Amino acid sequence: MMNTRSITRLLAAGAVTALTLAGITACDSTPGDSNGDVTLTWWHNGTGEPLKGYWQSVADQFEDDHPGVTVNVEAIQNEELQRTKIPNALRGNNPPDLFQQWGGGELATQVEAGRVLDISADVDEELESLGGSVAGWQVDGKTYGLPFSLGIEGFWYNKALFADAGIETTPTTLDELNEAITKLKDAGITPIAVGAGDKWPAAHYWYNFALKSCSPDTLKAASVSLDFSDPCFKDAGADLETFIASEPFQEGFLATPAQQGAGSSAGLLANGKAGMELMGHWNPGVMGGLTEDGEGLGDDLGWFNFPGIPGSAGDPTAALGGGDGFSCSYKAPPECVELLKYIASVDVQTKFAETGAGLPVAAGAETGVSDPNMQALLEGRNNATYVQLWLDTAYGPTVGGAMNDAIANMFAGQATPEDIVNAMNDAAATL
Amino acid sequence: MTTTLTRPDVAGRALARPAAPRRKRNTRKTIEIVAFVAPALLVYVGFVLLPVVLAAYYSVYKWNGLGPLEEFVGFDNYARALGDPVFIGAMSHNLFFVVASLIVQGPIAIGVALLLNRAMKGRSIFRVIIFVPYVLSEVISAVAWRLILQPHGPFDAVFEAVGLGDLRQLWLADLNVVIWTLLAVVSWKYVGFAIILFLAGLQGVPDELTEAAQIDGASWWQVQRYITIPLLGPTIRIWAFLSIIGSLQLFDMVWVMTGGGPANASSTMATYMIQFGFQRSQLGFGSAIAVILFVVSFTFALIYQRFVLSRDTEGALTRGVG
Repeated sequence: MMNTRSITRLLAAGAVTALTLAGITACDSTPGDSNGDVTLTWWHNGTGEPLKGYWQSVADQFEDDHPGVTVNVEAIQNEELQRTKIPNALRGNNPPDLFQQWGGGELATQVEAGRVLDISADVDEELESLGGSVAGWQVDGKTYGLPFSLGIEGFWYNKALFADAGIETTPTTLDELNEAITKLKDAGITPIAVGAGDKWPAAHYWYNFALKSCSPDTLKAASVSLDFSDPCFKDAGADLETFIASEPFQEGFLATPAQQGAGSSAGLLANGKAGMELMGHWNPGVMGGLTEDGEGLGDDLGWFNFPGIPGSAGDPTAALGGGDGFSCSYKAPPECVELLKYIASVDVQTKFAETGAGLPVAAGAETGVSDPNMQALLEGRNNATYVQLWLDTAYGPTVGGAMNDAIANMFAGQATPEDIVNAMNDAAATL
Repeated sequence: MTTTLTRPDVAGRALARPAAPRRKRNTRKTIEIVAFVAPALLVYVGFVLLPVVLAAYYSVYKWNGLGPLEEFVGFDNYARALGDPVFIGAMSHNLFFVVASLIVQGPIAIGVALLLNRAMKGRSIFRVIIFVPYVLSEVISAVAWRLILQPHGPFDAVFEAVGLGDLRQLWLADLNVVIWTLLAVVSWKYVGFAIILFLAGLQGVPDELTEAAQIDGASWWQVQRYITIPLLGPTIRIWAFLSIIGSLQLFDMVWVMTGGGPANASSTMATYMIQFGFQRSQLGFGSAIAVILFVVSFTFALIYQRFVLSRDTEGALTRGVG
């Protein structure tokens, strides 16, 4: 049996453990700035090259130009970053100073809670250089972040596979797209890769159909009112249902991730296992990291705009797009704004364009766009009369999440066009 | 709240419980005990009790986690959860894992433990091999399985190589298959833990009983059936308890492998909580889910302790023995 001494010892051991634990948690605070030194943390989603190395070089250069400033750059997987890491960090008391910002409804929620730094007073010059692109990073006329890339969505395709299948020109209408799909299938090639496991890549099909069936005015109004009763939203679902029924996607697409590994949708395209993928302007940057040589498809990669649907109510020159930017959190030191402005500078933007990882936004940085695909994208962006922000970003996490889920359910054959609209309206009702 | 398996140190619990108060205890001893217990108590209150209470508090508000707690909604969040077919689906998936894990892992673990308990060459190597999946991090093994199970991946290749190509499924993408795939992977992951527990339990079965039975002419089977397994009872009951709690709180493996998809076909209460509470930025609602998950697990634990474990713990808790 236990005697008193051993009980005491046991308790002592327990107390020491408890104190150690308490000590560990207590020590977890930010590094001090007693001698004027500042440490900035910077979270971005560029986990693959060339973006990862590029952001590091930007941080290094900024450190050199600003003695006493240390920048800790952390690249975090996109879905984790946007859906888990940033929201949780902003809820807590120790958010990163500079973090990836997709703008729109998400930013509005963060601003409403006072978690994002208002940089309006410091960025007059940048606003001029970036022009209308900044709109997505503004709430009620105030600026809360700056974009570094803005692009539109389209199909990235494998030129070699298209040639093998006998497709001579890229599709410009939905009928032509369906034809191309049939030709690819006949040639034994998986026509389209989609990362429906992550939901949003599947949802983007619905966004595009909505863009083609709804007028820009309807879409603009819905972004504000979050009322989706207009019949055009149901039409989008019906179009999507027909499209899914033609079975254009890879086997097991419901569980395919978008960007992780060679088996992801971007990986399938990058490794010549699929003909095309509907994806944003960042795709070449993602694909590079998913092939053995780090090059992606290289010269075989092509890009074309989402085909139009003849006779639909939507503006045929409207495009779906979005951008990537950065915001400073409410606790960030002034150096954070400096870094943000540096990232938006023409110099950094031009070099960013040269990496081919995305389309720059600063006026004058277009000269860095050398890749023919990026030039096509840039032309598409400049020709678009209306660029609708990604719908999930525009509607914010609550409605956007419900929408993406419902669309993913349609891909699984578990939702009707009505179900999608109902899910969105129901989610809006819980706000 | 998202751990898969809580492992209360069973032996340690019996030890750590201090002797019940004796009337003669002097003041110095009281001070000693208070001083030593206080830090642990603070940590326990701060990291276990307080979060539970806070979750209950948040759960009656409509709250996105960023602004102040203003909008009191009473039990609306609970009503919404219990009225959501997706959440009911998630609960039924948990129930499936509870029952299926017991049925699948129990017999396998007992069988393997009995085999490994016999003297044979390379026994410790077998034990290590069987325990390896349990030692691997949940996330690492889930990522590995996701890669292995992707269409035309390594698993399909093996399947085809042995002539079972016709039985190939979309392991993670088929709504009707995914939960069985997950059950298989989860069983692979945790059966090693059950085996080690049972092996430890077998060490407590006295050789004398086995020998006596053998002298009386009992076959190996009879010895296992009438001596070993009944004496393994307490271990089996503890394992079942841990397994059920783990199944109720199942999260990491499912989250990494399927994210609860496709079309919520593999969601559990915990993935539902993360998906609908945190990712949708509705922390009040998420807290309500957390509280439901807590209440379900806690109620089960109490009932199980009272009706199943009571005879095992009887006598193990010392009372006033010096």
